[in-house]
Amino acid sequence: MSTRSLSKGCFVFKPSPKKRKVSRTTAYYFREGSSDLEDSELRFATCQSLQKQVKSETEQIEEELNEQLFDNLVSFLRRSHSAFQEKKTEWTCRTKSREIPTAALVLGVNVTDHDFTFRSLSEVLQNNVTPYIALLEAKDCPGIKNLMQKLLGQLMNCCIDVDSSEEEDYEHVSRSRVRCSMTTLINWYESATKRTDSETPGKKRTSSRHWQSPPVVVIFKDMESFTTKVLQDFVVISSQHIGEFPLVLIFGIATSPMIIHSLLPHSVSSLLCIELFQSLSCKDHLSTIIDKILLTTQFPLKLSEKVLQVLINIFLYHDFSVQNFIKGFQLCIVEHFHSNPLSVLCCQLEEAKRRVNSLSHNQCENVRRLPSFRRYVESQVSEKQIALLTVDSSLKEAVQKLLEDLNVYHENYFPILRCLHVFTSSLPKYPLGKQIRELHCACLENRVWETEEYESSLQLARMLNKSDLVTMLQKCVEILVSSPGREFDEIVEKLKEFLTQFQKLEEAYQERDESISPQKELQKKTNLYHLQKTLLELKESRRSKKLTKFEMLRFEVVDYIDSLVRHYLVPADHKTLHEIVYFNTASVLREHLNAAPRIALHTALNNPYSYLKAFSTVVTAAEGPTADAASSDQVDDVIHARFIRAVSELELLGFIKPSKQKTDHVARLTWGGC
Amino acid sequence: MPILEHPAYPPATLLCLESLVPCRESQVSMLLSIFGERQQLSFPSIFIYGHTSSGKTYVMKTLLNTLQQLPHVFVNCVECFTSRLLLEEILIQLQNHSSETRRASPVPCDTFNDFVRLFKQALVSQNLQDQTVLDRAEQLREMEANILPAFLRLQELTDRNVTVILLSEIVWEMFRPNTGCFEPFILYFPDYSIGHLQKILSQNHPPEYSADFYSAYINILLGVFYMVCRDLKELQHLAALNFSKYCEPVVRKEAKERDTRKLWKNIEPHLKKAMQTVYLREISSSQWERLQCEEGELGQIKGLSAHAHVELPYYSKFLLIAAYLASYNPVRTDKRFFLKHHGKIKKTNFMKKHEKTSNHLLGPKPFPLDRLLAILYSIVDNRVAPTANIFSQITSLVTLQLLSVVGNNDQLDGPRYKCTVSLDFIRAIARTVNFDIIKYLYDFL
Repeated sequence: MSTRSLSKGCFVFKPSPKKRKVSRTTAYYFREGSSDLEDSELRFATCQSLQKQVKSETEQIEEELNEQLFDNLVSFLRRSHSAFQEKKTEWTCRTKSREIPTAALVLGVNVTDHDFTFRSLSEVLQNNVTPYIALLEAKDCPGIKNLMQKLLGQLMNCCIDVDSSEEEDYEHVSRSRVRCSMTTLINWYESATKRTDSETPGKKRTSSRHWQSPPVVVIFKDMESFTTKVLQDFVVISSQHIGEFPLVLIFGIATSPMIIHSLLPHSVSSLLCIELFQSLSCKDHLSTIIDKILLTTQFPLKLSEKVLQVLINIFLYHDFSVQNFIKGFQLCIVEHFHSNPLSVLCCQLEEAKRRVNSLSHNQCENVRRLPSFRRYVESQVSEKQIALLTVDSSLKEAVQKLLEDLNVYHENYFPILRCLHVFTSSLPKYPLGKQIRELHCACLENRVWETEEYESSLQLARMLNKSDLVTMLQKCVEILVSSPGREFDEIVEKLKEFLTQFQKLEEAYQERDESISPQKELQKKTNLYHLQKTLLELKESRRSKKLTKFEMLRFEVVDYIDSLVRHYLVPADHKTLHEIVYFNTASVLREHLNAAPRIALHTALNNPYSYLKAFSTVVTAAEGPTADAASSDQVDDVIHARFIRAVSELELLGFIKPSKQKTDHVARLTWGGC
Repeated sequence: MPILEHPAYPPATLLCLESLVPCRESQVSMLLSIFGERQQLSFPSIFIYGHTSSGKTYVMKTLLNTLQQLPHVFVNCVECFTSRLLLEEILIQLQNHSSETRRASPVPCDTFNDFVRLFKQALVSQNLQDQTVLDRAEQLREMEANILPAFLRLQELTDRNVTVILLSEIVWEMFRPNTGCFEPFILYFPDYSIGHLQKILSQNHPPEYSADFYSAYINILLGVFYMVCRDLKELQHLAALNFSKYCEPVVRKEAKERDTRKLWKNIEPHLKKAMQTVYLREISSSQWERLQCEEGELGQIKGLSAHAHVELPYYSKFLLIAAYLASYNPVRTDKRFFLKHHGKIKKTNFMKKHEKTSNHLLGPKPFPLDRLLAILYSIVDNRVAPTANIFSQITSLVTLQLLSVVGNNDQLDGPRYKCTVSLDFIRAIARTVNFDIIKYLYDFL
C-alpha cells in the first residue's frame, strides 16, 4: 500500500470493508469471527446487499452534487475552445496575447476525497468533451522531463484505446523512444485529430459526442505539491505553442487560489487566463449525505447517537473527508451484522416478518435477552409474560408486531424531525443547533423536550413574527405531505387550519386601522437585540392588556408543535427491539477508526518483561507448535538469551535506546512520522 | 532617410525591415554589419541581453525572416530541457530547410561530439553563412558543463560558417564558466523608453480608427500603466482588452474622435480598475471582456485573493496554531506561556541578546514533533489523545504546504517542521476557534 505522505514512519491503514467483501473467503471469516453462529450466512447476504445499496446511493448523491460544478467547467471549456477557433483576422484577437485557458478548481482541504472528484470529472469530460485528458500528480513529476513523459504517455495511450489493435504494438514500441517535447505532442495531436476526422464516415462513433478538434485537458491534481520550477517551465513551454493546439489547464487546489500567485511569478501567471471554480464545501456535502442516507427510512440499519457522534467528530475534528465518513458507515454495517446475531432481522419490514417465523430457539432466547425486550415483558400482564418467555410462537408474534411498531415509529420520526428543524433552524443563536444532524443527535440522546435548550427554543418560537411563522408552517405542510407516514393527514389538516386562521387574521387587520403598526414592525426584526427588546415590550404590554388574537394563535401553534415532538420524537432506545436496527457499540468503532499507535507502542515497550513475553511468543510460533514451551510461564533460557542479544543489537543499530529512567528501560524513537 | 544600409541587401527590403523594428535600428544595423555578406565569415558567437520584452527575440526573428538569404535555426532553451532535446531540435530544423522532404525520424544525438558530426553532414557547403539562435540561453547553464563553451566556438569545431546567437535576460558575467571559454561579442538591448513604447504601440492601430485616435488612447493607457508595467507585451494586451470601452462614446455618438477630454473621463477609472484586477490576474482577461460586454458591476466576479480563507478541521487548526507558536517563540519561553505557575518573568531580563530582534523578521524556525504535540496538548481545552488521525493531519498539513518538513528525514531523529503560514492567516484561523494567538506570541509581549 502506498501513502500520500513524504515522511517516513508508521502509517495506519484503515480496514476497508469493501476489500473484505471481495475476498474469496469473506463469508467464512464472517462466520469464523462471530461468537454466535446463528444465521450467519443470511446475515452475510443481507450485509452485502445493504453495502451495495449504500454504495450506489452515495455515488449517485455525489454525482448529483458535482453536477453543477462540472457543468460550469464544461461551459468554461466550451468558451475557451470557441475562443481558440475564433477567426484570427480580427484586430483585438491579433493584438492581445494568447493566454492559456486555466481553471482553478478549489476543492477544499479534504484531499482524500479529491481522487473521486477527479475520476468523475475525467469521466464526464471523456464522455462529452474530449478523449484527450491527462491527470498529473506532483509525486510523479519532480522535474519537467518526468512531467512531459507522463503527459505524453497518458495522452498517447488514450489514443491507442481508440485505435485498432494492430497499431497498438507499433505505438507501444515507439513510445519508449519517443522524444518528450512539445513538438512531438503537437504532431501527435494533428495526426490524431486528422485520423478521427477521416475515419468518421466509415464508422460512426466518438466524434459525435466529442467536439470538433477536441481540446487537450491537462489536470494538475495537487497544485500545492508541485515545485515552482516545474510548473513555470511547463506553462512557459506550452504558452509558446498555444496557437497550434487547444490546450486547457485545470489546477486542483486544496487551500486557496492565492497559491497560484505564490507559486508562479507575474511573468508566468500573465500567460494564463485563470477562472475560478469552487466545489461544494465538504460540510454541505456531509449534510447532504447524512440527510439522504441516515435521515431516511430507506436503509434498515440506523446509527445510535454515540456512533453517529464518533463519525461526525472524526469528520469535523480530523479529516473533513466525506469518503471516510461513508467508509465509517460501511464499517458500522459490517460490524453490526457481524457481531449481532439478531441483525438478521435488520432488513425491510416484510422480509423481516418472514424471517421472524423461521427464527431458531436460540435466536428466540437472544431476543428474550435484549434489555429493551425485558422491559417490554415486565410491562405486560403476568399470563402474557409467561407466554412470551416460554412459548416461541407467541414470542414471534409479539416480535412481528413490535417490528412493525418500530417501522411506524421511524416513518413518523424523520418527517417530524424535519418539521422541528424548520422551527429551530430559524431561531436566533440556534439553541438546538443549526444543522439537522445536531437536532437528530439531541433527539436520540434523551427526551429532547426535557432539555433546557428545547425549553429556550420554545420560548423563542413563541416570539416569531407572523410571516416567518406562516412560511414555516407551509414548509412543514410540504414536508408532511411528501412523506409516506400514515398518520399525517390529521396533522396536515390541523396545520392548514392554522394557516387559514392566520389568513383570516390578516384580513381582519386590514379592515381595521393601522393602529398596531409599531408592534408589527417590531415583530419583523429577528436579530437577538431586537428580539430582546420585543420581549421586554411584550412583557409590559402583556401586563397592561390581554393577549391579541395573533398571540393567542401563536401560542396555540407552538403548543401543537410541542405536542407533536412529545409524541413522535421519543428517543430510539426507549423503543422495544431497537437493538436490532441500531448499531451502538461506539467503542469498537472508535478503536477501528481512531487508533492510537503511539500509546500502544509506549505501553508495549515500557515494560521489558512484556516485551520478552511477546518475543518468546513470536519466536515459538515461528518455530512450530511445540505447545509446552508457550504454556509454561518460565521463558526458555535460550530464548531469553536471544532476546537480550537482539535487544542490544537493535540498540547498537540505533533503533532502540534506553530511556535512562528507572522504571522503564527502552523507548523507541521511530514514532516520529506517524 | 533610411538608417539601415547594407550592400548585400536591396534597399526596399531594408526599408521594410526598418518599419518592422521601430526603435531598434541601431542594434539591427550593428548585427547586419557583423553578419556581413553571406559568403563572408561572421563572428562565431554573439551574446544579446536586455530586460524582459526589450525586443530581443522579436528583432532576431524578424531580422532573420525578412532577409531571406539568412538560413537560420531558432530554438527556445526552456522548451528543450535536456541537452539531447536541444541538440536534436537544432538538427531537425537544419534538416528541414536543407532538404525539402521531411525526414521521418531524427537521428539520435546524445553527445556534443555526435552533434558536431551530424551538424557537418547537414551543412554541406562550407562557405555560406548560417545562424543558430538560442533563446532563453540562461537555461544552458543548467545543462552539462561542456554545452555552453562548445556552442560558443561551434564555428571552429564544425569548420562551417556558423554564428551562434545567445539571447538572455541576464548579463554575460553570470554565464562565464570557471574554466574559461571563448568570449562572445556582447550586444545590449536597452529598455524601451516611454516615447518608444508610445511609438511602437501606436503603430498597430485597428483599421476602423485613425492612427491619431489610437495614439491618443495609447497616451492615456501609458499614463495609467507606465508606473507599474513597462512590459511591451503586457501593455499591448491591455490596450487590446480595453480599447472597445474607449471607443464606446464614439460608437454611441456621444463624443467625436477628437473629443479627447471626454474620452479620457470615460476610460480613466476603467483603466485604474483594470490595473487592480486584470493586470494582477485577479480576474482573467476573458472574464474582463465579458464584464465589459455585459456592462455588469465589477463586484460580481471576485478576484482570486478574495478567496483567501481556508477551512480546516478543528484539530488541524490547533495543530497549525501550535506549529506557528513553536516556529516563532524561543524554546525557553514555552514554560512561561504554557505552564500554569511559571512565576513572573519580565521580558527585559528574560531576553537574550540575539532574541531582541523580532522573530517575525527572522522567519520561522524549525521545531521537533514532540514540541508541537506538547504545545498542542496545552492549548486545546479538552484532552487530545495522540491518535493516528492527529499524526495523519500533520502529514496532510505538510502536503497542503502549510507546514514544511525540515532537514534530512532521518529514521532515528524525530522529524522537524516549520510553519510556513503568515501571521494574518494564522490570526484568521485562531479567530475561528476563539484563541487569542497574540497573547501567546513572544514578539508581541
